[in-house]
Amino acid sequence: MSPRWAPSRRVSGGGRLLARHPLARFLLRRTAVAVLLAFGVTLVTFVLTNVVPGDPAAANLGQRAIGDPAVVDQFRKQHGLDQPLPAQYVTYLGHLFQGDLGESQQTHQPVLTDLATAVPATLELAGAAIAVSLVIGVALGVVAALRRDRLTDQLLRVVSLLGVSVPTFWLALLAFYVFFYQLGVAPGSGRLAPGMAPPPYVTGLHTIDAALAGQWPVFWSAAGHLVLPALVLTAYTVGLLTRFTRSAVLDVLGQDYVRAARAKGLPGRTVLLQYVLRAALVPVVTIAGLAFGALLSGTVLVESIFAWPGLGAYAYRSATTLDLPAVMGVGLVVGIVYLTVNLAVDVLYGVIDPRVRVQ
Amino acid sequence: MTTTETTATGKAVEVLRIDGLTLDLPAEHGAHRILHGIDLALRPGRIHGLAGESGSGKTMTGLAVLGLLPDGARTGGRIRLDGTDLLTLPPRQLGALRGRAVSMVFQDPSTSLHPMLSIGHQLTDHLRHHRKLDRKAARARAVELLGQVRIPNPAAALRSYPHQFSGGMRQRIAIAIALACDPQVLIADEPTTALDVTVQAGVLRLLRRLCDELGLAVLLITHDLGVMSALADSVSVMRRGRVVETGPRGQVLTAPRHEYTRTLLDALPGRNTP
Repeated sequence: MSPRWAPSRRVSGGGRLLARHPLARFLLRRTAVAVLLAFGVTLVTFVLTNVVPGDPAAANLGQRAIGDPAVVDQFRKQHGLDQPLPAQYVTYLGHLFQGDLGESQQTHQPVLTDLATAVPATLELAGAAIAVSLVIGVALGVVAALRRDRLTDQLLRVVSLLGVSVPTFWLALLAFYVFFYQLGVAPGSGRLAPGMAPPPYVTGLHTIDAALAGQWPVFWSAAGHLVLPALVLTAYTVGLLTRFTRSAVLDVLGQDYVRAARAKGLPGRTVLLQYVLRAALVPVVTIAGLAFGALLSGTVLVESIFAWPGLGAYAYRSATTLDLPAVMGVGLVVGIVYLTVNLAVDVLYGVIDPRVRVQ
Repeated sequence: MTTTETTATGKAVEVLRIDGLTLDLPAEHGAHRILHGIDLALRPGRIHGLAGESGSGKTMTGLAVLGLLPDGARTGGRIRLDGTDLLTLPPRQLGALRGRAVSMVFQDPSTSLHPMLSIGHQLTDHLRHHRKLDRKAARARAVELLGQVRIPNPAAALRSYPHQFSGGMRQRIAIAIALACDPQVLIADEPTTALDVTVQAGVLRLLRRLCDELGLAVLLITHDLGVMSALADSVSVMRRGRVVETGPRGQVLTAPRHEYTRTLLDALPGRNTP
């Protein structure tokens, strides 16, 4: 009866740390895969942007210039649009590695500069929303599962159904109307009070930068402006997470190891926090990753209603004006954000469940 | 219904005594009676087998002792542990006895051990809760326990997870967890049913040895009369929520008085050479 475990595999030199830490090995492998996928993202954004109908020259030059072939040719040459596609892609990659995403034809600024303010604005919004959603959604889901089929559970079911079903743009309009126009308790649109200077740029997240600089009035203004749009975004994700947490917890509550933990005489709180939640978190993490993706698309609508200068607003403006460098920049960023979220989900699986690490 | 026990060690003190245990579970129309007055007694250093077909109420009897019955269960009768009635004990005090005075080993160790918590965690959390041991003392006790159930290299095993062990090893670990706080009573619910036949004997021998060495009172729940005849000192046979026959192993398994016990025995393949 020899044990299947403790196979102290011999590994030479530097690999020893990795061999001894399955988690480290797992993380390294997943990160390498993510980097490969990032290349795929650049290719896909490039190709997709080029196959969409619409002539960037026509969109950018205006009615009168279009009639003049010399001007059009000059525009094409200046932006490298006369080159064959593969050559354009190589040029694009080369520039990308130097941090050059091109120049936006609308703002006449480097796309990277535009993204450096737009991306943190959206991440601040979506990050606040997902954090709040996780806390509230998981808590409500656990309560619903523990009160299964009782009044609390029924009420929570209605609440989460509402959250999932209510259209985000409608909720955003309603919230803005009620809390800003009618009640006047919420600050207006934008990220800061009118006339207030943004804090020194460190992360681009106004709340964090203001706190780092010790500018507390700016911090409170930034946080205040964040509350309403973030809460509007949480409605959907809270609904989603509540429902999934409830079913995940119910599933785990029926497992033998939970009964075994009770048989050990552990207090109910310990059983819930260590035995039940640990296992229930696996499906919840999956849903949270998907929910974050949904949040990013939800921000397009919320940002336009709250005049939030984020990625959604930037993407909308670039797409409608066929500002190709900006569209590609947005595509790249969104792709990388998705990859990062997926990587984070994978890593969390590995941290939560030791069985995942071996595969 | 039941016969009085007359074992050779009849004088041994009863640690656990079940008298007239009834159980009703909620059903669609009112309640459904699962147990119709069960009488059992467990003595230190003795293994009492509880046999019967599935659905006869064996497992429910075991769960009743631990107070782990399904929601809405209603019980009657008495379950006395050293004179204290467990059925009327407030939940808090019952929780303090669970895992400490009475513990349980479940059927399938691949589901009764938490797949995401280390062996060390699962072997020490109740120790630290019940005994108020610090991390170091609990760890030392855990190493000692793993040695007792014959797990090689206990220190490394503490850092491992259940999926890294074979079925037999997992059940040994589950037994170590059950014994951590030196219980008086161990309820073993089909402890070898989910295991390969080749490792069953090892786990059974381990149970016998621990029972003898630690003076444990064991309630061995099994539908396997082969396991029963190899291990139990005395046997009760259950059918449809009633104990139909109780007595020393030799008597019940070789000269059964009840019709149903005879039917069970006849169902055993090659029972003349157990």
